[in-house]
Amino acid sequence: MDSVNSAAKTELRKTPLNALHRKLGAKMVNFGGWDMPVEYPSSGGLIAEHKAVRNGVGIFDVSHMGDIRIHGEKTAGGALAAVQHISMNDASKLSIGQAHYSAMLYPQGTFVDDVIVHRLGEDDYLLVINAGTREKDIDWVRQNTSGFDCVVEDLSDAYTQLAIQGPRAAEVLQKLTDAGLSAVKNYWFTHGSVCGLPNRLIARTGYTGEDGFEIYIPGDTATSERVWNAVIEAGKEFGIVPCGLGARNTLRLESKMALYEHEISDSINVWEAGLDRYCKMEKGDFIGRAALAKASSSEVKRTLVGLETIERGIARDGYKVFDCAGEEIGVVTSGSPSPTLSKNIALAYVPPAFAEIGTIVCVEVRSQRIKAQVVPTPFYKRAKKASPQAAGTA
Amino acid sequence: MAYPANFRYTKEHEWVNVEGGVATIGITDYAQSELGDVVFVELPKVGAKLETGRSFGNIESVKAVSEIYAPAAGEVSATNDELTKTPELLNSDPHGKGWMVKVKLANAAEINSLMDAAAYEAFIAEKGKEASA
Repeated sequence: MDSVNSAAKTELRKTPLNALHRKLGAKMVNFGGWDMPVEYPSSGGLIAEHKAVRNGVGIFDVSHMGDIRIHGEKTAGGALAAVQHISMNDASKLSIGQAHYSAMLYPQGTFVDDVIVHRLGEDDYLLVINAGTREKDIDWVRQNTSGFDCVVEDLSDAYTQLAIQGPRAAEVLQKLTDAGLSAVKNYWFTHGSVCGLPNRLIARTGYTGEDGFEIYIPGDTATSERVWNAVIEAGKEFGIVPCGLGARNTLRLESKMALYEHEISDSINVWEAGLDRYCKMEKGDFIGRAALAKASSSEVKRTLVGLETIERGIARDGYKVFDCAGEEIGVVTSGSPSPTLSKNIALAYVPPAFAEIGTIVCVEVRSQRIKAQVVPTPFYKRAKKASPQAAGTA
Repeated sequence: MAYPANFRYTKEHEWVNVEGGVATIGITDYAQSELGDVVFVELPKVGAKLETGRSFGNIESVKAVSEIYAPAAGEVSATNDELTKTPELLNSDPHGKGWMVKVKLANAAEINSLMDAAAYEAFIAEKGKEASA
């Protein structure tokens, strides 16, 4: 067999928790130039980690993500104007303490990266960006906000970012903070102590399709390990496990959350990616708007659909998609067995004519073409809870 | 997990157990542990001809596809169809119930060039050192 990617020896970047992951026996991979845990055999491996997040709670080190703060200087609203210019969602709608999903676009309406925009203060924003695109994103933000009266700070290396995800995440984190987590709604954040560290950003966000939090703590190894271990200890009664990028990928895929260079890239536009609801054309001008206005969402040549293979085989990233007559029509952007659904699922770009639910297409898996069916997405959606208070009593 | 002393091993982490000119082939415990949860196995048909060093099947974990290479040339005389229904046998019993194919060897002497258990254990110990370097 081919040996699974082990971490290359040259110059991989490490998060402050790298030594701890290795001590835990994690399998490490090169992810966008970062030496990251892909799964922890000690947690029971990828499928066990995935199920822990769906049914209980898991913890992820996501310190490789980047953080860019944009705050105002002299002119009131200088930072807001800058964010509005580089981000497609409407940041003027954000309250202090609120976050939203958005993307930075090239003039042609394709993706620089997707981002979570947090409004920290009156004219103060935090953009959380992807690891693999960090340098590119920071350069992009600096270049394109230079005409605005604002200060851009790259805080990427200042923080260790931990994601605590799963239906029991709130109960675990509540033990470690004085912030009232039940009052924090999905895609809102608060500041509070975490393990005695004052004034930490605690956001009800994540990349798993499950309830959960992302916390930002000082990026030194001693503090990072102390907080990680405290979360593990607090989560023991709920069966918490460390989770790697493998489970992170299957969790986000089931929830149809985009991954850069897969569902979104510099050659895919917002309409094709189906991210219309995060793109506020009416908010005023922003980079990419003119091209998107011209492209119009009703005339896309390809669109992102969910597939489920109905013959034996797994449709994976990059596999070609064909129609029943044998003509090549598209490509799989992400594909994997779904641990929650016990089916083989995939996201693929196909012409709109093939996007209807129930349409049969073929995916080329090595030398064979296997049948797959267009299915509704997201593949998995968590059940809505009656109230945040009820969560702990279930 | 112990590596059976009567098996031979390849650098691609397959094992071969020869009994009466027929080689049973599988993947090693090290291989299954590197792969993680196996969810799909694709095997050749009975009668297929294997060529030394050529891919003859695939093992898929949740996250990756890995090819399986023939440790020696020969003709497939049996395949482990249990693996179609329960691919996780490759994780739970790689040297036993997780066997993949039986092959009638073209040249039984070919096996002699493969590693014995002691050499293989030294080989994977070295790999482990590289990975944690």
